[in-house]
Amino acid sequence: MDLTSVKEGERCKVLKIEGGYGVIKKLERMGIRPDVEILKLSSQFAKGPVVIQVGNTQVAIGFGMAKKIIVEKID
Amino acid sequence: MKKILLIGNPNVGKSVIFSRLTGVNVIVSNYPGTTVEFTKGYAKIDNEIFEIIDTPGTYSLIPTSDAEEIALKLLKRGDVIINVVDATNLERNLNLTLQLLKQDKPLIVALNLFDETKHLGIEIDVRKLEEILGIPVVPTVAITGEGIKELTERLKEAKTKTYDYNEEERWQKVGEIVKEVQKITHRHHTFLENLADATIKPVTGIPIALIILCLTFYITRFIGENLIQYFLEPLYSNFYAPNIIKFIKSLNINWLEKILLSQKPEAMKGFGVLTTGVYIPFVGVLPYIFSFYLVLSLLEDIGYIPRLAVLLDIFLHKIGLHGYGTVPIILGLGCKVPAMVSTRILETKREKIIATILIILIAPCMPQSAMIISLLSKYGVKYIGITFCVIAFVGILSGYFLNKILKGETPELFAEIPPLRVIKINILFKKLWMRLRSFIYEAVPLIIFGIFIVNICEISGLVNILSKTLGPITVKILGLPSKIIPVIVFGFLRKDVSIALLSPYNLTPEELVVSSVFLTLYLPCISTFFVILKEQGLKDTFKILIFVFSIALSISSLLNLII
Repeated sequence: MDLTSVKEGERCKVLKIEGGYGVIKKLERMGIRPDVEILKLSSQFAKGPVVIQVGNTQVAIGFGMAKKIIVEKID
Repeated sequence: MKKILLIGNPNVGKSVIFSRLTGVNVIVSNYPGTTVEFTKGYAKIDNEIFEIIDTPGTYSLIPTSDAEEIALKLLKRGDVIINVVDATNLERNLNLTLQLLKQDKPLIVALNLFDETKHLGIEIDVRKLEEILGIPVVPTVAITGEGIKELTERLKEAKTKTYDYNEEERWQKVGEIVKEVQKITHRHHTFLENLADATIKPVTGIPIALIILCLTFYITRFIGENLIQYFLEPLYSNFYAPNIIKFIKSLNINWLEKILLSQKPEAMKGFGVLTTGVYIPFVGVLPYIFSFYLVLSLLEDIGYIPRLAVLLDIFLHKIGLHGYGTVPIILGLGCKVPAMVSTRILETKREKIIATILIILIAPCMPQSAMIISLLSKYGVKYIGITFCVIAFVGILSGYFLNKILKGETPELFAEIPPLRVIKINILFKKLWMRLRSFIYEAVPLIIFGIFIVNICEISGLVNILSKTLGPITVKILGLPSKIIPVIVFGFLRKDVSIALLSPYNLTPEELVVSSVFLTLYLPCISTFFVILKEQGLKDTFKILIFVFSIALSISSLLNLII
């Protein structure tokens, strides 16, 4: 599944980024890359941005970009 | 002279360290993108004078925005690099450190925000980190000055190329280092963290945003009004005005009296340089500048603005920007000049053009707002409401329209959201003072000069000539009396003055609304104009201004027909 379908407060692991070189590099700079654990903090109404925590950083990610982040839930 | 560069991720405190080293004050806030230009200063270290350069934050050595590009260009010119690292985000920050270590520049790490690691349950083995990297690593708390002395003492130990790795394995190496030097112990959420989470969830975040916005307006007006009513107005009319009028009159030089006091020495009735010219900036505008920037600085330092950006993202996408466009637009409520500079945090040319237009069209700057409020308040809140609503509506509609017609798409929001932080009163007031100072030094002389020019036009009879030639246009299209022509002509010098200068003309409230809307929108003030020119180039500036002027003219004439 992708990041937009994760519920608020759930932890997940990034499996891959389904996007071009630009998106991959952009996310990577902020520490979002395969095998990294992230925590979804919030999502907005009507396809608004998703906020996640990676390490100790909170990052807001637009809905379309969040769709490209493929994750799996961890307990 | 050797150059020392401060380089690091956004919002790690580079500018605070810069201020500590050089004694030069720069605006610091708690959100990424406060510094979009470089600032130079000097510091004496070990009896040698160094040039210190503060740079915009960057996440990696491959730039994705103008601000980052500036940082990377500067990198080539530095002799020594102080890599400022956020100790609470070691992994992401070390990614840049490892990249910097491959550059041929001596490097030293300032492990900043070190005090926050303790609250967060993070333990860093600084010695070990130093050993692995092979360069000095100095824990610092820039905001209190802790560690800054050690940083300068160890500057001479800065080294480069001490840590070799394969480019593809960079993240893996970062991971290994972090694993070795950092220990995290579990701890409970603090109040601020819970509050921070609540601000970005729609159910709690939207009510919080509404409360904060209402409070912002209420507090800004409350402080501004009371400062005027109980302090500055009495000071002006009981002390300053009688004495200055008595003094000038005692000189008995007729022409000087005309210029300095004008025929009507009462403030806001004539164009006296020492009467109205002093009253507008110091009694009319300064209190609002003070109160607005007090509230804005508070929100900036707490770190609330990026959170507002998350909530507003969907809405801003409709008018061609993403959520981070909130930053320039909010800055524009204070003064358009820093707002225009901050458009650099936006990625594409399309966004920058839309943001520039929206900054001009969506709301007046604080001095203009103060003047609109003070001129219209005697006719009731209704007219103030109409003026601001029309302006906001014009801005939003233009954004919507531009978003439809300009080619290209709005990039998606992708931004770091800083933690909410407890404000430091001394930093807050330093910033407030810097903003007030720039108003006093840069804006006040122009205000006074503008009044002088209009006064000269009055005295010399130039007003009549201007009114006759340009008069029919204003009368026919805007329904405004032709005598306000000089105000329109010279209004671009300082737009706040232009609105204030309407006061002596006894306009009806409807005429005031139309002219306030027109004067707010028709052109940016001269200082803003030059910044737009610098940021967007001649061709785009020209296009932007034509667009803005046509919108202003059509909306104002429409308004004249309706109201």
